[in-house]
Amino acid sequence: MTGTPTPAQIAARAEARDQVRTELRSRGVGGKTEPEAAAPRVGPEEVTGAQSIVRSLEEVGVEVVFGIPGGAILPTYDPLMDSAKLRHILVRHEQGGGHAASGYAHATGKVGVTMATSGPGATNLVTPIADAHMDSIPLVAITGQVAAAAIGTDAFQEADIVGITLPITKHNFLVTDPADIPRTIAEAFHIASTGRPGPVLVDIAKSAMQSRTTFSWPQEMQLPGYHPVTKPHSKQIREAAKLLATAKRPVLYVGGGIIRSGAADLLRKLVDLSGAPVVTTLMARGAVPDSHPQHLGMPGMHGTVPAVAALQKADLVFALGARFDDRVTGKLSSFAPLATIIHADIDPAEIGKNREADVPIVGDLREVIGDLLPELAGEHEAHGKPDIEGWWRQLDEWRRTYPRGYTEPEDGHLSPQHVIQRLGELTGPDGIYVAGVGQHQMWAAQFISYERPNSWINSGGLGTMGYSVPAAMGAKVGMPDRTVWAVDGDGCFQMTNQELATCTINDIPIKVAVINNSSLGMVRQWQTLFYESRYSNTDLHTGHGTMRVPDFVKLADAYGCEGIRVERASEVDAAIKRANEVDDRPVVVDFTVSRDAMVWPMVAAGVSNDDIQYARGISPAWERED
Amino acid sequence: MSRHTLSVLVENKPGVLTRVAGLFARRAFNIHSLAVGPTEHEEISRITVVVDVEEHPLEQVTKQLNKLIHVIKIVELEPESSVHRELLLVKVRADAATRSGVLEVVEMFRARIVDVVPDSVVIEATGPAAKLDALLTALEPYGVREIVQSGTLAIGRGARSITDRAFDRTARSA
Repeated sequence: MTGTPTPAQIAARAEARDQVRTELRSRGVGGKTEPEAAAPRVGPEEVTGAQSIVRSLEEVGVEVVFGIPGGAILPTYDPLMDSAKLRHILVRHEQGGGHAASGYAHATGKVGVTMATSGPGATNLVTPIADAHMDSIPLVAITGQVAAAAIGTDAFQEADIVGITLPITKHNFLVTDPADIPRTIAEAFHIASTGRPGPVLVDIAKSAMQSRTTFSWPQEMQLPGYHPVTKPHSKQIREAAKLLATAKRPVLYVGGGIIRSGAADLLRKLVDLSGAPVVTTLMARGAVPDSHPQHLGMPGMHGTVPAVAALQKADLVFALGARFDDRVTGKLSSFAPLATIIHADIDPAEIGKNREADVPIVGDLREVIGDLLPELAGEHEAHGKPDIEGWWRQLDEWRRTYPRGYTEPEDGHLSPQHVIQRLGELTGPDGIYVAGVGQHQMWAAQFISYERPNSWINSGGLGTMGYSVPAAMGAKVGMPDRTVWAVDGDGCFQMTNQELATCTINDIPIKVAVINNSSLGMVRQWQTLFYESRYSNTDLHTGHGTMRVPDFVKLADAYGCEGIRVERASEVDAAIKRANEVDDRPVVVDFTVSRDAMVWPMVAAGVSNDDIQYARGISPAWERED
Repeated sequence: MSRHTLSVLVENKPGVLTRVAGLFARRAFNIHSLAVGPTEHEEISRITVVVDVEEHPLEQVTKQLNKLIHVIKIVELEPESSVHRELLLVKVRADAATRSGVLEVVEMFRARIVDVVPDSVVIEATGPAAKLDALLTALEPYGVREIVQSGTLAIGRGARSITDRAFDRTARSA
């Protein structure tokens, strides 16, 4: 455009390019940075790749690894045996190891770690990894891979686990050079635990484990494309404060992000300051105490009528670490139709994904609420507190008219809701409750009162049956002083109960309440409601006077657990108390409950939340209340 | 639907193309064309993706792409402020009787003959997609035997480089 550049211009451009390159390298692009300045705290030591893995896990602060050895990971299990810092718990199935790591992470907030061999060992981790991805759980999976030279040859126990887990991990790595091991493990833990947490898989070739290398710590991470935004934009915070200070019908819609960010204490302040009603999603039960007077309960498909109705009639919905999941919104186009939306989340991709946000806030919820509190207080000072008394009158009327409840079954079997409610009442808010997936999960979310974060653990996004027993095991390992109840169904329990062996042998005394309706209860409920009571393949024959295959009490006994069977309402309390007393081995309580009990309220899949049924055939008449 | 061209700066690491392409497939976005190659920094590759999407899903896919750890920077290149080019190689029947006609078309489109045998020629042409389409239409009557075409490459007009913009961002967040 301007003719031939002068030599001076050429020199200037070269210099500019060098500057960019220097900056690039300082940001870690290309991996050519020489670790200048700070000398390593540890090393360099001459080690094998396998030792480097163990040393890295130790240095990054891992205390527990749930795993199973096999051919390709074998070299790592040798130095692992000598580690004084790492406790390895030998599970019975890799899926159990993965869910245990996730339960551990859930209960403690630390990164959960699982280890498996190549091929089938690694593919067995697919479900727990996908589960952790959906529920934003910080998880690191270390898998062995066949020797670097054998990769791509369909070698024995070879599976492209990096390719397989690409869509279900926050990030994953294949390591073939032993020199990359410490840095990669440091990066994996950093990625798993920062920003929106998630699972990271590190696949390490057996040849890298067997080679000589050097180990040093700490490591300089090379993640030029990873910059989670934690600090919210002040303009958006001011806007949110203004809206919250003037809304006539506000609702705080609280999701699992509050728990992941450790912001429950700050949220409590926001709830108190704003005076607004709050709903906690399935992933957020316990983020606000159930006993708090402004808490309306859980929204969504099996939410409370007041929680669902509040969102439908709100003029302002403030979503905090929630993602407008279909199980919460029902038919999206008719969800909270009158509401202005403030959406705060650490993941920018969640904002506007399902519902457009009027005020988008990207940031860590601790910082978001921390910044919001003084702004909101300022608004109140300047303009007075908003008048939401009329709103509260309406909400309280809904609460009076549609309280939590259930009808007693007529078949003589136990009421599952009663069992679960008593479990919560007798164990108390200090316990940890870990559910599988199905009716029992919903009842556990509804009928146990949660008073603190991390006391409720479940598989929300993926809906993984079989989550309960291994996740409870992981939670108990992380929180050994707390009573941990796996609230499980007879279907779920049969998917992963092999981990009872792990619990017994490793002194992990969890308690399992099998809510045994001898069927795949939630599927059966849908068959009752939507398939003319044609019960295709939902009878499991685990009780109800037919067969008991298996007999859960005998199964418990076989695994070295205490087994208790409860068939009458009068025995419920005594059994729970007995189970809570046992501390030297796991306990399995087989509660034979009615299979006709159903989860209510319910918004059928794909319909509007306005069409919520309080119980079968009973819909609130909204018009009357408007 | 409207067409958008995204320039995606990524770390030059194994598997990065799979991560990017897989994300498009997973989130149900159709890739119209895709081109990948080195940049002025050996550590960085540049992927040019052309997609047919509405404004809202485009924002969503950009945000999802940004979540990939190996993605450093994404810039949408607007047609009016950028140059877009594709490369086309086409094998056309051309014997003694028709060769002069083919050559005339080649001349008109400022394309080039890069291989000749007695009954066919290979033509190389670059340009925006519309020009290459027109060339192919003009060659059609002679008998097109084989076509191979690159994805779109695009670069912003003016002095500023996309890498500078990438580092503006990283400098801010640092």
